[in-house]
Amino acid sequence: MKKLLSIFAVTVFAFSANAGTLDDVKNRGFLKCGVTTGLAGFAAPDDSGEWAGLDADMCRAVAVAVFGDRSKVEFITTTGKSRFPTLASGEVDMLARNTTWTISRDVNLGFEFVGVNFYDGQGFMIPSSLGVSSATELDGATVCIQTGTTTELNLADFFRLNGISYEALPIETNDEGKENLFAGRCDVYTTDASGLSSTRAAAADPGKWLVLPEIISKEPLGPLVRHGDHQWGDVVRWSLNAMIIAEELGVTSENVDAQKSSNVPEVLRLLGVEGSYGEMLELAPDWAYQIIKQIGNYSESYEANVGPDTPLEIARGLNALWTQGGILYAPPFR
Amino acid sequence: MRSNLNFFSDEKFRSIFFQTLVIGLFALGIYFVVQTTGYNLEKRNIATGWRFLSDPAGFDISFSPFINFKSTDTHLDVYFVGVLNTLLVSFCGCIAATILGFLVGIIRLSSNWLLVRVAYIYVEFTRNVPLLLQIILWYSILIQLPRVKQSLEFLDIFFISNRGIYSPRPVFESGFSYVFIAIILAFISSFIIRRWAKNRQDETGKQFPVLSSAFGLIIILPLLLFFIIGSPMSFDYPALKGFNFKGGMVIRPEFIAMFLALTIYTAAFISETVRSGILSVTKGQREASASLGLKKSWIMRLIIIPQALRVIVPPLTSQYLNLTKNSSLGIAVGYADLVHGFGGISLNQTGQAIECMVIVMATYLTISLTISVFMNIYNRSIQFKEK
Repeated sequence: MKKLLSIFAVTVFAFSANAGTLDDVKNRGFLKCGVTTGLAGFAAPDDSGEWAGLDADMCRAVAVAVFGDRSKVEFITTTGKSRFPTLASGEVDMLARNTTWTISRDVNLGFEFVGVNFYDGQGFMIPSSLGVSSATELDGATVCIQTGTTTELNLADFFRLNGISYEALPIETNDEGKENLFAGRCDVYTTDASGLSSTRAAAADPGKWLVLPEIISKEPLGPLVRHGDHQWGDVVRWSLNAMIIAEELGVTSENVDAQKSSNVPEVLRLLGVEGSYGEMLELAPDWAYQIIKQIGNYSESYEANVGPDTPLEIARGLNALWTQGGILYAPPFR
Repeated sequence: MRSNLNFFSDEKFRSIFFQTLVIGLFALGIYFVVQTTGYNLEKRNIATGWRFLSDPAGFDISFSPFINFKSTDTHLDVYFVGVLNTLLVSFCGCIAATILGFLVGIIRLSSNWLLVRVAYIYVEFTRNVPLLLQIILWYSILIQLPRVKQSLEFLDIFFISNRGIYSPRPVFESGFSYVFIAIILAFISSFIIRRWAKNRQDETGKQFPVLSSAFGLIIILPLLLFFIIGSPMSFDYPALKGFNFKGGMVIRPEFIAMFLALTIYTAAFISETVRSGILSVTKGQREASASLGLKKSWIMRLIIIPQALRVIVPPLTSQYLNLTKNSSLGIAVGYADLVHGFGGISLNQTGQAIECMVIVMATYLTISLTISVFMNIYNRSIQFKEK
């Protein structure tokens, strides 16, 4: 009886949430990707209502790898709180949602981070009129903080370590944080520095706001999938790596067709001219070519969404390639 | 075959059979859900257990008027802070909603046309707009108050800004315990006087001014003692230092928004309950007591209200339960109640969703059942005693 029930349980409740995500996605005909409720530069609807941003590009890259079509993706918004249950229950196939890779999420929650698409750190934003120049001067301030995040824990640690006090004002979404900060309910808003840049860019007068120099934590943000489905994890991992490797090799969406006749072996392997890496991943032979063609390499995605020429104005910094002073590094494509 | 049919035509057997069947299916369903959940959790490598309760929380909660909470305290402490905050807003809300509800209910039966209209509009408007929207509305209004540096000042000791209402905090010094004891003694003796006066009135018909003597005992006596032993109390005044006011007491806008919304929303329902209760007392009762020559205020207090209460109390109980459960909407404005703190932040930081939710649900169940028990005891005490 117990066995019978278990089999029933597996077939009825568990089939969509476990191994075989790649087949599920292929059968469904589109990818379900969990993103933020709207964070400019990472994932937010643009003027024409299309999702745009670094994380949105990550979702599209996976859709291109599987279907060869960047439009075969459904974006599902998740809050800081709902993101993990949404992924665990199989409601989305992957998360590309400004999520920090930590041991407890990787191990205890049963997820698998497949890489890092943005190296971030937690910072503070204040009105420049307060005349504060360092986070250690924030004794007694009211701090807006998104609940259920790693930043919430870092914040408590930082103030405890420096022996200064603060009042936490818990908020649920970035918009709520903006609203409370702009209304003066809190003095300081703290989240990942990239998120602060995004919030500052959305202010009526960005010049009135200051991001303090302290970065108080490591926040490697990356896409994640459910633990245990290694085939699917590989697809997402190498979709990201393909974009990074393409930048390293100088392959862009513009020159990708010309690069097909390159004499560099790794370029030929990447573009599917040589080797059978697509087959190993159960994808089309030209999957990486299509990603670069339709989305671009990492640099193109970065510059278009968060780079110095965008309202966010985030320099490459840590996110530059390892050959250019950053720590962005992908394993070899062979 | 024939005996089988006879079994089923036996009504007693049939009812037992179907009840057993339903209970059996229900138990099977529960077993199935538990089994499936356990199986799937295990399959996804999600650790279960209660150990997380003794892990340090790692985050701060600012709104904790009863416990001095630090980020090094455990998730179990987060739970207690949440329970106390839920109880605080529910308790204040129930008291205020009862007072406002009775007031509005009585006003709606008054003969003042304008007051009746205003009360009617209030009831219909608040009853028919979702509570969540009302909470957000109040919060949005409170957030628009002046910023902390431009606080509204009253007498240099009260400050109102969008960070809350700051007021002086009384600091009790060594001798104050005598005053406190005096207050308790005054309450006890007032109670004894009341019983004595009631017995005397029942026997002799003579009345004793219970209310004014109790007032004298409870207010004036401790106050006199307070000054005699040299005012053993001082005040801690709030003052703007750096980013915020330091010292004094503060009521946060999150609490005020929750309190106002819960009170105003629930009071509308209570007022309807009160109105129906008063209307349920027949006109004859009023006329009979008037013909006995009772004063108008006595008729209300001694004849109408006691009879109306029998109708009012059962639905009033469910309004108290509603208010308590509705306080879980505090999450919408960041009020650190049970659902927001333990059922939200702890849940999310530890990932122990099922454990946290079970605890939160069991807590609400306990609170609700406790309210029900007390209200049922009260309800029994006001029923007609058949002799």
